[in-house]
Amino acid sequence: MTIQTRKSIFKRPEKPYIHPYLGGVILGIVLFLAFFLTGNGLGSSGATSRIDALIVDAISPSHVDNNPYLLKMAGGDKNPLDDWIVPVFFGALLGGFASGWLNGRLKFMTTKGPHISDRTRWLMAFLGGVIFLYGARMARGCTSGQALSGGATLSAGSWAVMFAIFGGAYGMAYFVRKLWN
Amino acid sequence: MNFPLQIFNTAATPHPWYFYAVFALIGFAFGFTLEMSGFGDSRKLAAQFYFTELTVLKVMFTAIVTAMVLLFGAVGLGILNFNQVWVNPTYLWSGIVGGLIMGVGFIIGGFCPTTSLASASTGKIDGMFFMLGGFFGAALFAETEPLFTHWYNNAGYYGRLTLDQVFNLPVGVVVLIIVLMALFMFWGAEQLERIIGKKDMSREPKLRIIGAGALFALALAVVFIGSPSLEERYQKLTFTRTETIPQLEGQPPIVNTVTYTADEMLANRLVFVSPAEAFKAKYNQAMNPVYLDVRSEADYNIYHIAGAVNVPLERIEEVIPVLLTEPPANTVFILMSNDETAAVQAWKILVASSVPNVYILEGGVNNWIAFFGAEDETLKDVRPAPHPAPDQLAYLFPAALGSRYESCDPSPIKYEELEFEAKIQLQLKRDKSGGGCG
Repeated sequence: MTIQTRKSIFKRPEKPYIHPYLGGVILGIVLFLAFFLTGNGLGSSGATSRIDALIVDAISPSHVDNNPYLLKMAGGDKNPLDDWIVPVFFGALLGGFASGWLNGRLKFMTTKGPHISDRTRWLMAFLGGVIFLYGARMARGCTSGQALSGGATLSAGSWAVMFAIFGGAYGMAYFVRKLWN
Repeated sequence: MNFPLQIFNTAATPHPWYFYAVFALIGFAFGFTLEMSGFGDSRKLAAQFYFTELTVLKVMFTAIVTAMVLLFGAVGLGILNFNQVWVNPTYLWSGIVGGLIMGVGFIIGGFCPTTSLASASTGKIDGMFFMLGGFFGAALFAETEPLFTHWYNNAGYYGRLTLDQVFNLPVGVVVLIIVLMALFMFWGAEQLERIIGKKDMSREPKLRIIGAGALFALALAVVFIGSPSLEERYQKLTFTRTETIPQLEGQPPIVNTVTYTADEMLANRLVFVSPAEAFKAKYNQAMNPVYLDVRSEADYNIYHIAGAVNVPLERIEEVIPVLLTEPPANTVFILMSNDETAAVQAWKILVASSVPNVYILEGGVNNWIAFFGAEDETLKDVRPAPHPAPDQLAYLFPAALGSRYESCDPSPIKYEELEFEAKIQLQLKRDKSGGGCG
């Protein structure tokens, strides 16, 4: 690879983000197309569980058999990755990468508030990930699977989940304000 | 007609790769849009909760209302069948508690699961840590779920429940209300950004006002289009069946695929299963029969087939949400009335509501008694009614013993050999929930 092409991959001029309403309209069309073409909405947290199930199944299949939650995904000869959410998950990773690349935003960095160290931010991100996915599995879906998809199909439960997410975040925001401001 | 969905399912069944490719493309567009909107940066996400920048709310609600208006517009025009669209079932309490936990994770971690993908894939280290934490969180849930599994699976469970049902409003009106609510929230969000975020709103594009107007007009159109009635949906139904024509010896039989309308299915008696087939279904590993008895509770108490569930015809529409969300793909619903009239009505309602694999017990309970009751000693005091009214029990019972007669649960040994023409053809649908997010 020549230096020139390497430059075109990593040092592309950084472009600004698109307007939130425009982003929302595009996202809404993607969501509608998902329903229109497949009958399913969008999601991703389900894939995290399924990848976990795959790992547990590889290390200790007998543990899967003793856990009804894992059993549903990976019991017997079931392949936990054989589900629509898995290609959506990997597609989203690739799509995020593609947009970052085209818009010159591929960069190793840490996004954080001004008054904390990188390490604190990493720890908090990790902890937030643990908490968020725990809640997402409990609510049977995250911001995409419940709030976006269920919100658009008018699912009563999803609207409750959506308000709870905003409620939880606003309720907690004051206590962790040092992380962000 | 549910054009794209049906085509997609038909094409994808023999070639699972189509199916994965379409989902991967959708995922790609999803991740691309999130990154483009700035959701790879945790600061932009967290700012939402300190009112300095409300991008999260704007993107999310614009997406929800755009998809909602398009979706219900397509449903109203009859190009999409809403009953074939996956609607997250309502588990109210686990949803609310899970949602609150997610909110805490959101503000501590600065991402939600999909935005962490957009972040990690563009090299943000905090996004990677969030993803990694996510794997631990989901695993932790799998490990602790058995501790509260009963609560998790039952607390506040309402099945497939939509807001129009909750508020008892036409779906178009709910769509319009939500659009108005969203537009009001956008206005409020811009005020907050101006006051708290000190943002110069005069530089915002004017186009957004036009967009808001267009959205409102579309929502109004959805109200006027309305949703297709049960009758309209019934008329549009088609059933695909394979028919085998046996050939002379040594020749393979010819297999045809034939498409029928719902009325043709009834006229050709393709949905009527004989008592023998209905009975044998119970012992067929490939299917999971559910016997729905649509007679009155009084008739049900007098005599009913073992395991039958009583749902009087007047109440059949109430159970549709459960029939749509609950059953595994190989569930076969067998409807029965005393004769066939009420069961046929129930059949029309269920198939028009997209409940799959619905059949009718041929000749109803009367025919069942005639078939299995002939050798039932416990029925010896039961006499044929002199002048049975249409769709009424054709027998006089001295007592209401429910399913305690022998013929209610015929012996599988005694009736091991039964001849019947098989009518049930399982339509194995892809499991739409797929555990997707659940």
